[in-house]
Amino acid sequence: MPARTLSDLRRGEEGVLNRLEVADEVAQRLMELGFLPGVRVSAGRSAPGGDPMIFRVDGSEVALRRATARGLILSDSGPAGVEEGHV
Amino acid sequence: MSDFQGASAAQAPTAASRTSGLYSLVAVVGAPNCGKSTLFNRLTGLRQKVANYPGVTVEKRLGRVRVEGGREITLVDLPGIYSLTARSEDERVAKGVLLGEMAGLARPDAILLVVDSTNLNRNLSLAAPILALGIPTLLVLNMSDDLRGRGGLVDGERLSEQLGVPVVQASAAKGEGLEAIRGFLSGGPAARQRLELPVLQDIGSRRRWAARATGQSGYQAPAAAAWTRRLDSVLLHPLAGPLIFLLVMVAVFQSIFTLAQPLMDGTETLIAASGLWIGALLPDSWFRDLLLQGVWAGVGSVLVFLPQILFLFVLIGLMEDSGYLARAAVIADRTMARVGLEGKAFIPLLSAYACAIPAIMSTRTIESRRERLATILIAPFMTCSARLPVYALVIAAFLPEKPLLGPLLGTRAAAMIGLYLLGFLAAVATARLLKSTLLKRKSPLPFTLELPPYRWPTLQSIGLRLADRSLIFLKRAGTVILLVTVVLWFLASVPRTDGEPPEISQSLAGRIGHAVEPVIEPLGFNWKIGIGLITSLAAREVIVGTLGTIYGIEGAEEGGDEGSPGLRQALTQDLTPGGAVALLIFFAFALQCMSTVAVVRRETGGWRLAVLQFGYMLTLAYTGAWLGKTLAEIWI
Repeated sequence: MPARTLSDLRRGEEGVLNRLEVADEVAQRLMELGFLPGVRVSAGRSAPGGDPMIFRVDGSEVALRRATARGLILSDSGPAGVEEGHV
Repeated sequence: MSDFQGASAAQAPTAASRTSGLYSLVAVVGAPNCGKSTLFNRLTGLRQKVANYPGVTVEKRLGRVRVEGGREITLVDLPGIYSLTARSEDERVAKGVLLGEMAGLARPDAILLVVDSTNLNRNLSLAAPILALGIPTLLVLNMSDDLRGRGGLVDGERLSEQLGVPVVQASAAKGEGLEAIRGFLSGGPAARQRLELPVLQDIGSRRRWAARATGQSGYQAPAAAAWTRRLDSVLLHPLAGPLIFLLVMVAVFQSIFTLAQPLMDGTETLIAASGLWIGALLPDSWFRDLLLQGVWAGVGSVLVFLPQILFLFVLIGLMEDSGYLARAAVIADRTMARVGLEGKAFIPLLSAYACAIPAIMSTRTIESRRERLATILIAPFMTCSARLPVYALVIAAFLPEKPLLGPLLGTRAAAMIGLYLLGFLAAVATARLLKSTLLKRKSPLPFTLELPPYRWPTLQSIGLRLADRSLIFLKRAGTVILLVTVVLWFLASVPRTDGEPPEISQSLAGRIGHAVEPVIEPLGFNWKIGIGLITSLAAREVIVGTLGTIYGIEGAEEGGDEGSPGLRQALTQDLTPGGAVALLIFFAFALQCMSTVAVVRRETGGWRLAVLQFGYMLTLAYTGAWLGKTLAEIWI
């Protein structure tokens, strides 16, 4: 089964980010926006048409295109064990 | 180099002032959306100077603050950054300024580090590399009213102990904490014993460091902004969202006609009355002619449009400051993606509706160079406010006002929307063309956009925008437009025969107009419009002043009366409806704005793209105008 990514999150659903499979430059930018491995991410609304998606991450809301979200791989296990705010 | 820059360089701190804690240049640093610019505006008010850093597209904002003892210090507002890794141009500039490596700017001797206290954990990540610079820093916990209001908490004193720098809880929007900030700028309070900061290279460890510091300071993140959620559930609703987006756009355009109209009428009356008053005061002379037919008719006919232009700036400002513009960018992203642009290009493109120059400057928020170039190249197709006077004049002259959708939409507003659409479609087509030719390679950085919570726009910020834009417009009316109209008046008044001014068609200006007539004749333009097209190369709206001057002189010739015939009425005698369509299309497409050409040259780092853009738009304008006229003549 292929790993679940941020783009698979339904609205209101939450996941823990495992790793960023994107180019280094892109990963840097995304991490600055809060997408760090181990952090909880929840999907908010999407723009009309479902793209871009809006994610709640580290206290803010960030819009990403679906294509970008596909590079952000979620952990298999649920969010259990990860504390809020802990990275 | 501006004088201001020189002045700040002249005030470069000496070793003595550094040790005594008297600052002269203080940098304002912070992440995007942290309220940094609001604070900067609060502190400096109108005493600002905006320019570009040499060789890059990043705006350099300097402002002056009077501190204790009547001294003045300079504040430099750095671009919003997430880190000092110097990957983007913004970060390179910020780093360059902070290290004192920017030409013409001394190294700042203190820093105001502004963080959004409603998201302290992430915002404080930036503190690690900033504090490591070893420059005296005041940490400004901005939006602390918002933090408290949403049940959050932070102990500033303990945070200050953690970080080894003074901390102030502030709200730039409400004006809280400004006294403490001014106190710091005046030289106190003395920095605490500097703590040893670990060198944190990667983002993860910086973020952990920040979380530890806030954790030790009893930071409690605020509850989610309930209002933002509620508003977003409507404004980003799959159906209501795009509908509201369209409604907002229509409302903006409709209101700049209906609501701005009384103000414009008032301005027009004022200009006409003052012209008559001055005419009655002065004896009959060439000077009186120049003043009335040249300056009043020329500059006055452009000044009338100031209310409309300001209206547009206020509306765009309201959308930006409230946070709606970011939502609009998200809604627009999918559509923008179809033409190969991204949602962030929407913001510069929307500002280009006010003026292409700030729009082209604001493309720096787009991280990918290719997307940025594409946005710069298409921005001048957006209907800037300088086109408004031309459109408004021609439409009012040729199109009677009739309601189309009840009181909501009239024929004139509809025609205007049509012209806006035309510019937009040309932009889209050009973007596609660029993406398949010049800018073929895909960009590495994807679209990312942080959505700030909705906030009430502050009167001060809107007022500042208004003052700023009025000054720019008046400066242009007072310089470029004045110069062009005066030169034109002279050209139209020589050669004199027997001490009498020539008939305008026999004048030098008339001869120039006649010389270009064969080229523009296929578009339905005569020599008078030709003169307007030439003078409007300086700036689009100049054509209105030019026609005002020409008809002003002509009116004097015909009636011997000061009151020139209405510009609109005069225009209907010189243009057929087909020619009017051609004129509108010509102005929709042509890049008649030397300031834009200059900015594009600077932003793209050379003449190549600027010249290419000018030629491309001129070709399109000529062809489009000819097609428009031909079709209109078949149709009408």
